[in-house]
This record gives sequence, C-alpha cells and structure tokens, in this order.
Amino acid sequence: MNTTLQKNKDTGLLFFGKVTASVTHDVKNSLATINENAGLLTDYAAMAARGKPLDPERVNALAVRIMDQVKRADALLKNMNRFAHSVDDSLKKVDLNEILQLLAALSVRFAAMCETTLDVRASSDPVEIETSPFGLLNALFLCLEFAMAAAGRGRSIDLRPEKTATGACVHFGPLPDAVISDQDPCLAASIDARLVKNTEAGTLTLIISDR
Amino acid sequence: MPEKVLLVDDEKDFLEVMAERMAARGIEVSTASSATEAIRLAEKESFDAIIVDLMMPEMDGIEALKLLKKKKPETQVILLTGHATLEKGIEAMKLGAVDFLEKPADMNQLTKKIKKAHAHKMMVVEKQIEEKMKKIMGLKGW
Repeated sequence: MNTTLQKNKDTGLLFFGKVTASVTHDVKNSLATINENAGLLTDYAAMAARGKPLDPERVNALAVRIMDQVKRADALLKNMNRFAHSVDDSLKKVDLNEILQLLAALSVRFAAMCETTLDVRASSDPVEIETSPFGLLNALFLCLEFAMAAAGRGRSIDLRPEKTATGACVHFGPLPDAVISDQDPCLAASIDARLVKNTEAGTLTLIISDR
Repeated sequence: MPEKVLLVDDEKDFLEVMAERMAARGIEVSTASSATEAIRLAEKESFDAIIVDLMMPEMDGIEALKLLKKKKPETQVILLTGHATLEKGIEAMKLGAVDFLEKPADMNQLTKKIKKAHAHKMMVVEKQIEEKMKKIMGLKGW
C-alpha cells in the first residue's frame, strides 16, 4: 500500500473514532439523565409508600424530561447510523445541504468544547455532487476543525454550500484574523478537491469536483 | 450535620435531577454548570465533596481538579464522566481525585462515596489544624 493511501486510511479511521467517541459520550450523558429521572420517580414512589402524596405535575414533568432525553438519544443514534452508512458507497450522489447538516450535528460537542456555534446556511436548491460520502465528510470535518481553531473561542462559523460549474464548494467563515498556513488541513486530494484560502475575506473554501 | 456537596456538569437536566435526588438523601447540594463557576463557588464556600464532570467546555474536569487542589488542597474531588478510560482514571487519581465514576452512576454508591469523602475531609482538616497549633506553640515557645 502506498504511503498516501495508508495515510488517508489512518486519517479516516481517526475521524471515525473521534466521531464515535463524541456521539457515544453524548448518548451516555442522555442515558445518565434518563437513569436519574427514573431514579427520582422511584424516590417519589418510596415517599408515597411512606404516606407523602404524589404531585401529578411533578411526575408529569419527569416523564417529559425522560421523553426529551429519549428524543435526544434517538437523534444522536440516527445521525451516527447515517454516518456509519457513509462508508457503504465509494462513489455516490449526495446533497451538500444534507451532508453539512449531518456534519454540524456530528460536530456539536466538538464545537461546544471550542465554545463555537455552527450555522449551516443551506441553499434553497439541492447542491448535488457525486463523490465519496465518507471521504467528503472527513475532508469537511478537517476543514471545520481547522476553522474552529482559527476562529477562536466564542465565535460562530457559517458553513455555506454552493454549486459550481465543475461541481460544488463549501465556504467556512468568517475567520477574521485567522492565520491560514499553506499546508492543507484536509485530505482534499483524496476526493478530488482543493482548498482555497481567502485571507482577506477570512474564508476557507473546499472546492469539490464532480466525479 | 449534612454533607455539603458541589455538583459540576454542563448538562443542566442532569444537574437538576441529581441535586434533587441528593437533597432527598439529606445532602446539601450546590450546582455549577461550568468549571469556572465551580472554582468561584469553591473559593467562597467550603464543600465536603466536589463532583465534577470530566468533559466540559471552557475547562475540563482534569484542569478543574488541578486548580481546585491547588487553591484548596483539602478539597475532595470525585470525577463523574460519560466516557471513563483507565488512563484518565489514573491521571485523575494521581492529581488527587478521591474517586472516578462512570455515568450513569448508582446513587447509593455515589452517596457512600460522598460520605467517605466527607469523613476524609474532616480528617485532613483536623490534621491541618493540629499542624497549625503545633506551629503556633513552637513560635510562642509554650
């Protein structure tokens, strides 16, 4: 196996591991909250058995909290499942609007750790491109990691897809005062993409060619 | 006297419900949704145990543990985390955490650990007072 291919596989595995660890961490947080709410219900039941009347409103509030956490965990697992299926096809037509929504959902914890918020500026029309879905997600994630580090804490990053004559692109910004090095922070080449840094505009753009 | 606990987690729903369950067990609970807020509270008040989430924005549990131990060495910190790894557990214990638990935690087990931390803190504080007394007596030549 040549060095570049091996490096891409290693980076891909690292990306898969990072996302899995982050999502499972959030699922565990959700389960922990469900566990404590269920525990509180048993506390109430024990108090009721000792003669303290149950407050129906309080019980209902706990049930709502449990349902909210189930919804949260379900959404996390749905996204994780979509992400896991991104390796199914080496080449597939994808809508960048949907891919960016998935990327943002998978990156929520990373963004929170950087105290950054992500805003997907989806296009009203589909921005379709034929590419490797997993390779694309990996390249976009690396760009996003780079953008979050460059933006600094307390900032918001827009992710904006755009159709081009030869494919599509994704803009990351605003990145004011960002020092963008010459070294590509992504595996752009592995998906026939290239990275354009506009220091004046403070944006990073991943240009992806249609295969 | 009830045990005084500070609970630190960025999951607000988790904080609320844990605080209510602990209070029902006779524990006096304060909450903080960030490590910075926890450190500020710990500077103002004395807690028998501080239960800290490992992964939080702004400052993680390990950094918070370091700062808390630096500012108040007698602080009894219990780390509670959604993703416990052996490495992190060892690191936390080396830095002076009294325990390292994985979420979801068993409330009875956690309550026992809080009581143990409370007893340990009493011992540490008594020792600190004893040493201070010895120092004063030595200085005064009594």
